[in-house]
Amino acid sequence: MSAATGNCTAEGGVSRGNLRYSAERGQREVFCGLTGIIWLHRKIQDAFFLVVGSRTCAHLMQSAAGVMIFAEPRFATAIIDERDLAGLADANVELDRVVTQLLERRPDIKLLFLVGSCPSEVIKLDLSRAALRLSSRFSPQVRVLNYSGSGIETTFTQGEDACLASLVPGLPRLGEEAAPNLLIVGALADVVEDQMRRLFDEMGIADVQFFPPRRSTLLPAVGARTRYLLAQPFLADTARALEELGARRIAATFPLGAEGTASWLKAAAEAWAVDPSLYRRVTQPAYERAQRALSRYRDLLAGKRIFFFPDSQLEVPLARFLSAEMGMELVEVGTPYLHRAHLSADLDLLPPGTRVVEGQHVENQLDRCHAAKPDLVVCGLGLANPLEAQGLTTKWSIELVFTPIQGFNQAADLAELFARPLVRRTRLVA
Amino acid sequence: MQLTVWTYEGPPHVGAMRIATAMTDVHYVLHAPQGDTYADLLFTMIERLPRRPPVTYTTFQARDLGGDTAGLFQNAAREAFERFKPQAMLVGASCTAELIQDDPGGLARALRLPIPVVQLELPSYQKKENWGAAETFYQIVRAMAAPQAPPPGFKRPPRAPGTRASCNILGPTALGFRHRDDVQAVKLMLADLDVDVHVVAPLGASPGDLARLGEADFNVLLYPETGSLVAQWLGRTFDQKTIKSIPIGLGATREFIAEIAQLTGVDPGRALHGAPSNSSWYSHSVDSTYLTGKRVFVFGDATHAVAAARIAAQELGFTVVGLGTYSREFAREVREAAKLYGIEALITDDYLAVEAKVAELQPELVLGTQMERHIAKRLGVPCAVISAPVHVQDFPARYSPQMGFEGANVIFDTWVHPLMMGLEEHLLTMFRGDFEFHDAAPASHLGFTAAPRDQTAAPAAQPAVPAEAVSDRPSAPVSATAGALWAVDAEKELGKIPFFVRGKARRNTERFAADNAVALITVETLYDAKAHFSR
Repeated sequence: MSAATGNCTAEGGVSRGNLRYSAERGQREVFCGLTGIIWLHRKIQDAFFLVVGSRTCAHLMQSAAGVMIFAEPRFATAIIDERDLAGLADANVELDRVVTQLLERRPDIKLLFLVGSCPSEVIKLDLSRAALRLSSRFSPQVRVLNYSGSGIETTFTQGEDACLASLVPGLPRLGEEAAPNLLIVGALADVVEDQMRRLFDEMGIADVQFFPPRRSTLLPAVGARTRYLLAQPFLADTARALEELGARRIAATFPLGAEGTASWLKAAAEAWAVDPSLYRRVTQPAYERAQRALSRYRDLLAGKRIFFFPDSQLEVPLARFLSAEMGMELVEVGTPYLHRAHLSADLDLLPPGTRVVEGQHVENQLDRCHAAKPDLVVCGLGLANPLEAQGLTTKWSIELVFTPIQGFNQAADLAELFARPLVRRTRLVA
Repeated sequence: MQLTVWTYEGPPHVGAMRIATAMTDVHYVLHAPQGDTYADLLFTMIERLPRRPPVTYTTFQARDLGGDTAGLFQNAAREAFERFKPQAMLVGASCTAELIQDDPGGLARALRLPIPVVQLELPSYQKKENWGAAETFYQIVRAMAAPQAPPPGFKRPPRAPGTRASCNILGPTALGFRHRDDVQAVKLMLADLDVDVHVVAPLGASPGDLARLGEADFNVLLYPETGSLVAQWLGRTFDQKTIKSIPIGLGATREFIAEIAQLTGVDPGRALHGAPSNSSWYSHSVDSTYLTGKRVFVFGDATHAVAAARIAAQELGFTVVGLGTYSREFAREVREAAKLYGIEALITDDYLAVEAKVAELQPELVLGTQMERHIAKRLGVPCAVISAPVHVQDFPARYSPQMGFEGANVIFDTWVHPLMMGLEEHLLTMFRGDFEFHDAAPASHLGFTAAPRDQTAAPAAQPAVPAEAVSDRPSAPVSATAGALWAVDAEKELGKIPFFVRGKARRNTERFAADNAVALITVETLYDAKAHFSR
């Protein structure tokens, strides 16, 4: 457990760049993949997420979501009790009963996800078979899929990866003769999708679809001439599943900040052989507007030292944005997992010598954080107030997942999220 | 399996965290998978504690399951001891770790740490948060205080003449509903009674303090949900009496003072008269006549629900139409209390069942938890929060106790605030036709943010919504009335009745129609029913 802690030796064969990689293991202060349901259940409007788990799972969902739910949520928990464990009740019969009860209550649901949890995995409740069985019973009104959001399998945003990957085998297929189409993969705010779609349209890339879609009936089609662009950096399994259907990834930075968004769009434009002058004409006004908006925050952020605790896997692209575009200094970039292929464009743009730490030993990391005394700490909700009370300035990382931050028009909003805690410190005198 | 949208209580290990976090110099090592650390944010975000809960999680992952999860636990416990140097350690498992059966107690003992190690057996698939808190408090008190126990059959000698009486305050935890402020309110009363506070536990106590619990003359038990096991054990072991009254509300506070005065022989005069309460006079003032007979639904933990029902009935003149609790362990006490109001208690931890009950009863005020706040919002009924489960709003910056005379004042303000003010209610009745009196318009003192029906609330800039166009039926599943039909003019007349009493009018009219075999409800039926049911 402490073997790899504290040291900064590279491991896993770093192929390029001169970053300082290390990995550590210990207590992880992160959410499990169930948390992804909090944004996914709003994104896919006719889907329902039924966690098959314990009271802990239900409590996590409402605690993490407590401040965010204003209408009845499209998620619930089937809480396993001792009768299910003792074999007194057939867990599958019980699950069928709960699903029937749920669908009677919510006849508007078209897609039901059975979401596996730590306890359902440990007792080896086979949710894929349950999904098949229930799908055939409720078809065609409701389709039933399953994925795991358990903490033993997934960390926070990996829940979205698992959810999307479960949808891929059911995507409509395109034949050999179909025209190339572009797939944007990863949940984005509706407003961001609309902006992106307008830009692609103006560049003449008409056949663009977003995955996940807003309704389960609008699933994108995939074939051998499908190219996909990742909008989120945590979609390893989804990408693999799409590749199996013949789709190929367009390598790019992630669309954070003016530069990140420009090069993300440029990668698509090049793959579609868009005339460079057309690309410039379409993107230049939005790019320049984003730069103007960002310049307001550059003085505030430039030279400030930032420390990332691992959370959403957005850390590397965020670090790229904050150092390359805003002039911040990276003390440590912690991330739960490092997908070197998907992140290579962003990693290449990190300053030489940047410390990138994969995994977590929260106590050792806190020691390093206190020793480094950064100007700003990006961390989860469990750590933020204790660090503030110790005099550090923090930005809670979950907000970066729940706020539209991608694209040109959101670049300054993203910078503002980091500037606000610093401004706040200077304002408060008592 | 139970379909659960919201849950009133967390798992039992969260109860254990409430004890550990309340105390000082304790560390809890929890065998738990990655993700269970979410529980930290309950304390750092909801309660806004400026420190991390004293909990180390093993956060095992799938790749660890095939390997040595027991070793992982031992490493975590050893590192936690070295880093935090606690006086005592709690060890246990969360729901998933319970399934892999690693025996945290045995593993921790094998480390031979030089401090007491308390093993917690908290069955996650049977029990819940409050049980877990009560059990954890009991286990750590036994571990610390049992070595000080006198021989069995010990009789506490009478207090030496001229010495002040002393007591322990038992039950307040981290993440409790106003526990911080209740302790302060109770300490003030005890000071007025010339009773010394020996130990407050678990809130603010160290393991060493728990070892001294047996030295006090008696115990004050504020929250039976978390403290009654300990109070009973201390009673048996150290022959300490427990004060049974819980000082929530004016009457209960007077009884609490009288009970202590009787037990210790102190003069209750200063405590009774030292803190005059505004709430009593406010309840008697003419402005409060509009509170008379308001139908309230009460739901919460047993202690707060029973206290709230009594205050509602005896100190504000409301009519208690529903009373319930999610604390199954205290179902008997709540059933007894419900009998006083001629109703049957609702004992359930199913949020959907509570929602259905509120919809059926159509109360004019809901006194509940954050869950009932959701329900009341959906149904367009005013609501005040009286009990855990808690939200960040339940930790106000100001001193805001529920207990003692000041607590009675706080309760008066909190409950009356969501209601329409007296004259406003009359104006609404007289001038239904005013376009600004549409159903979504909130009480004037609540501003725009508290529009009662969130889904149907018309934007404030559109006052032209005709009142009739807004349904008085909540969108939630309400029991549809079979039987009589409403004539169009009767339905229209019903629309002239203010929305907060319209549900009652509709229900009474339909009941009247059913009782009298009226098939079509006309305007005349409506007024016949009004005459029939008028009080």
